[in-house]
Amino acid sequence: MATGLIASLPRPTLRALTIWRRNLLVWRKLMISSLLINLGEPLLYLLGLGYGMGRFIGDMAGMPYLTFLASGMIATSAMNSATYEGLYSVFARMTHQRTYEAILATPMEVDDIVLGEICWAATKGTLSSAAIMLVGVALGALNASHLLWSLPVTWYVGACFAGLALTCTAFAPSYDFFNYFITLLLTPMMLLCGVFFPVDALPSAIQPVIGWLPLTHAVALIRPLATGEWPAAPLQHVLALGVVGVAGYWSAVVLTRRRLLR
Amino acid sequence: MAAVPGDVPVAVRTRGLTKYYGAQAVVNELDLDIARGTCVGLLGPNGAGKTTTIRMLTGNLPITAGRAEVLGLDVSTRGSTVRARLGIVPQTDNLDPDFTVEENLRIYASYFGHTLQFDDARMAQLLDFVALDGKRAHKVDALSGGMRRRLSIARALVNDPDLILLDEPTTGLDPQIRHMIWARVRDLLRQGRTILLTTHYIEEAERLCDEVIIMDQGRIVTAGAPRKLVAEYINADVLEVGLPLVDMQELAREIDDVRFEHIGTTTYCYSRQADRIAERLKARGIFSWLLRPANLEDVFFVTTGRDLRD
Repeated sequence: MATGLIASLPRPTLRALTIWRRNLLVWRKLMISSLLINLGEPLLYLLGLGYGMGRFIGDMAGMPYLTFLASGMIATSAMNSATYEGLYSVFARMTHQRTYEAILATPMEVDDIVLGEICWAATKGTLSSAAIMLVGVALGALNASHLLWSLPVTWYVGACFAGLALTCTAFAPSYDFFNYFITLLLTPMMLLCGVFFPVDALPSAIQPVIGWLPLTHAVALIRPLATGEWPAAPLQHVLALGVVGVAGYWSAVVLTRRRLLR
Repeated sequence: MAAVPGDVPVAVRTRGLTKYYGAQAVVNELDLDIARGTCVGLLGPNGAGKTTTIRMLTGNLPITAGRAEVLGLDVSTRGSTVRARLGIVPQTDNLDPDFTVEENLRIYASYFGHTLQFDDARMAQLLDFVALDGKRAHKVDALSGGMRRRLSIARALVNDPDLILLDEPTTGLDPQIRHMIWARVRDLLRQGRTILLTTHYIEEAERLCDEVIIMDQGRIVTAGAPRKLVAEYINADVLEVGLPLVDMQELAREIDDVRFEHIGTTTYCYSRQADRIAERLKARGIFSWLLRPANLEDVFFVTTGRDLRD
């Protein structure tokens, strides 16, 4: 019976929205500083790498380097922002803040917490992606015509990575553990999945591997939308991200139950 | 323990409730019956299984064997519905540090499906109940330990619960706040709610509880009304003598019905004629002793021993 409860299928309910709203209310208190960081960091990247280095690089994949970089960073930013929320903030609420302990004394279930956190982490991803879009449009690097379509995509990308992050958090003994996740997964994806240069510039032996990674699919969806075009074969990318997202959500629910209900 | 008669509605009923961690039974075959509208205290040394029991009753800890019904519902399958009618005050504060006093109550109420507006009159009533009306807009970080505990109590009442679980409600608080919290617990009982509390303060259990359940190593050692337990287990006065060198056997000559216990440099002397022994001590010019009626703490030691449990 005990293992049944832990391992049974995730039960998503609308109560997850209450968790999402709690986090939104906390975020609202720190909104100004959070938005400044969200805007400031991409501005530095785009100025330093995109504008500065871009002058030596010229065009990449048929577009100015600043455009190439800015469109890739929308995806990276959704990934990073959602992941950091799912690792560090969730860990704090799970351990020393005891937020989940308090929440679990109410009709809420672990499943609601996990789903609510994933939705919130995805929202943070979208917020930071939106900041890059603003900066990119202001610098004239991005084409605004299809740009709004990429907002839901960034949320989807964020949710996909948040599931993975929560899975990691569910068995993290301390904050140090997250270094593995970041060094082994996040940083390689940021460097190799077509954000800074096209994937086909890599040795052909590893290209198929890179093709499986979720950030590659995220970039393939978002870059065209940010440069005034429609993605080619969007369904395959949506599906690939969906598989990772569902797997991440599922494992996060089961592992978080195992951690909290003991 | 005395089973609750069939016609009295029960708030909690467990049968063979058991929790294993690995090979160790932390709660072992527990049969609990708690009548509605009563205050029951769970006592026991550290590791007795009190908190584990409470967590199983909330549906937040999978049960290894047996069953537990709270407010008529099986906690293994209806945990969420049970918790909608529970008020839980945890051992360690878990207030939301990102919010103010008032926000803590509103957000917590939202977990029960209330809107964030919450009822203003109810908010005022809750804050007044725990004497925090002046602190509405204060951040939780700025509150003292006593205020935080009172806020935890107010928070546990946002859903107007039928059963309140208090896990060591007054640990680490000063006497003023302890007495205030006791008064509030009595108010809650008068409102017809059921209270299950764990505590290490036996005095607290003696004052508040209609019935106490003493647990040790996952099992119920004894249970009953505090006075009844004292009469049953001790039925004597207690003389605590703070000198190791006194020949107690000599002092107790011609007094039958006397029992001694030596703990460190203190001798505990249990007897209905303890006053006679005290007189003899006085006659010898020894005044480092205390004569007192037996209390629940004596029952506690008799039933669970004096070994350290940590």
